[in-house]
Amino acid sequence: MAAQYRGTSSRAPDEAAVTPGPAGTPPGSGAPTPGGANPARGGVLAGRAAPYVLILPALVATALLLGYPLVRNVIISFQTLNAFQLIQHTTQWAGFSNYKEQLTSADFWHTTERSIFFTLANVALIMLGGTLVGLLLNRLGKRMRLTLSLGLILAWAMPYVAGTTVYQWLFDTRYGVVNWTLYKLGWHSMHGYNWFGSQLSTFAVITLMVVWGSIPFVALNLYAGLTTISTEIFEAARMDGASAWRTFSSVLFPMLRPFFLSTTFLEIIWVFKAFTQVYALNAGGPEGLTETLPVYAFVEGVGNQHYGSGAAISVLTILILMALMSYYFRIILKQEDDL
Amino acid sequence: MRRSPFARFWPNAVALVLFVFFVFPVYWMVTTAFKPDLDIISTTPVFLPIHGTFSHFDKAVHAAGFWTLVRNSFTVTVCSVLLSLLVAMAAAFAVARMRFRGRKAFILIVMMAQMAPWEVMTISVYMIVRDQDMLNSLLPLTLFYMMMVLPFTIWTLRGFIAAVPKELEEAALMDGCTRLQAFVRVVLPLLAPGLMSTSLFGFITAWNEFPLVLILNKESGQTLPLWLTQFQTNFGDDWGATMAASSIFTVPVVVVFLVLQRRAVGGLTAGAVKG
Repeated sequence: MAAQYRGTSSRAPDEAAVTPGPAGTPPGSGAPTPGGANPARGGVLAGRAAPYVLILPALVATALLLGYPLVRNVIISFQTLNAFQLIQHTTQWAGFSNYKEQLTSADFWHTTERSIFFTLANVALIMLGGTLVGLLLNRLGKRMRLTLSLGLILAWAMPYVAGTTVYQWLFDTRYGVVNWTLYKLGWHSMHGYNWFGSQLSTFAVITLMVVWGSIPFVALNLYAGLTTISTEIFEAARMDGASAWRTFSSVLFPMLRPFFLSTTFLEIIWVFKAFTQVYALNAGGPEGLTETLPVYAFVEGVGNQHYGSGAAISVLTILILMALMSYYFRIILKQEDDL
Repeated sequence: MRRSPFARFWPNAVALVLFVFFVFPVYWMVTTAFKPDLDIISTTPVFLPIHGTFSHFDKAVHAAGFWTLVRNSFTVTVCSVLLSLLVAMAAAFAVARMRFRGRKAFILIVMMAQMAPWEVMTISVYMIVRDQDMLNSLLPLTLFYMMMVLPFTIWTLRGFIAAVPKELEEAALMDGCTRLQAFVRVVLPLLAPGLMSTSLFGFITAWNEFPLVLILNKESGQTLPLWLTQFQTNFGDDWGATMAASSIFTVPVVVVFLVLQRRAVGGLTAGAVKG
């Protein structure tokens, strides 16, 4: 993925190569192991095995810590595993019944629909907002740009859990500053409004929080990408009498296409998987109406101790996520072919 | 270039509004943490905390087990990041410098692993850890956090290693260094900035992780994110203390971000660090 960013991602490695300067050059004298075994002959065998030895720890870790949980997840999804079986340590196979139960349940489909709609709405807002803020950063003077960047970085650096506590406080029914502001603006019905009492308003707060926390990533990255494009291109476009929109759609967007593509897909993944923000804010409430698929799997599996159905939901979630990302995977695969 | 005063003015005005939009929640968190209770629950919000107090921080810091949680969080985070650096460095070196069968397959595995849906794997992770009788221990957390940051670490280090001129290494080999010596003496010092920024991103991920610790360490061995959600439940409407606790939890991350500001931008897109 890094390779797509032309200037932006290669900048750091360049610095890495340059900074230590001459100090980093080999000592030359005093090489301690001359002679010994013939390096050329020993080197062939060691050389052939070396890469595999080097990637072995990473492969083992991935297989044990990621592969095994994934497989286990699938296995559990075919079991009847509730509190009883858990305590008794018994294995009770269920065939496809967990899946059948989910696929015929209205709750599951509502949650899926909600999850996808939530993802699309958030990603659209994030990409639109992030692009506009990024373009604005490019247009600002130095001082104002630094100011806005600082604000973006602060929002970005806010950990999800801390972010949710802050948003709960901002939207607090009695003492929340949001209700007070709306009241002062003449919206008197908002006095003492309970934001976490209805589905739509809870989603509104979650969305605001997610968009607030995600725009900085898109905006700052877009700005970094823009700085790698020479200003002459814009000058040329302006000379040709292109409007701002035309410049964006015909010049900028095509140049930054890889950026928009990968950022959009990253955001889709992140928003679709969003668990902490949704769960920590209101635990999927009121009455499970803001449960997205990851939260639904958690509540059903861990909360209600239906581990088997929870696992089935998570397998289905992964499948849906993969379907959403298949297009992106195809592009990545193609890129690796060019490597 | 000629631009009307209006054309010069509006971007600044918009930027200012946006600045307030992004900063206000952070500002509100920090100032609430310093306000005396009367200012927090006043009918008119107090926008400037004139009467500052440390009592909320005092309460948060002296909450039961706070320092154990801080220690847990730091232990898990630092260990997982160091472990992943070690594992990733070897793999990244192989991928950046060597041609071998299966290289592309390995790269693909790394990319897929980067998108691992940890949030929905809580149930199987719980089962695995329970079967090992390791619930409420820091070791499984460390290992899983290591795995969470590993793909990104490999991916980023690969770029940094590839950027070190091969000639430097070859010169060291000519001088009689073994490949390991050449790596340790020549490549490693040059990688320092890369290792720094990579590990800082790992720090953020591990420091913030919530779903796994929520299910694995309910009784003991908790970390700060979990504490924070419970703190809020336990302290009810004590917003001053809650905001103080949130601020304390946020500080290390903000410090990390300010340290890597420039690198955070651009380089970060390389991996799915955020989630």
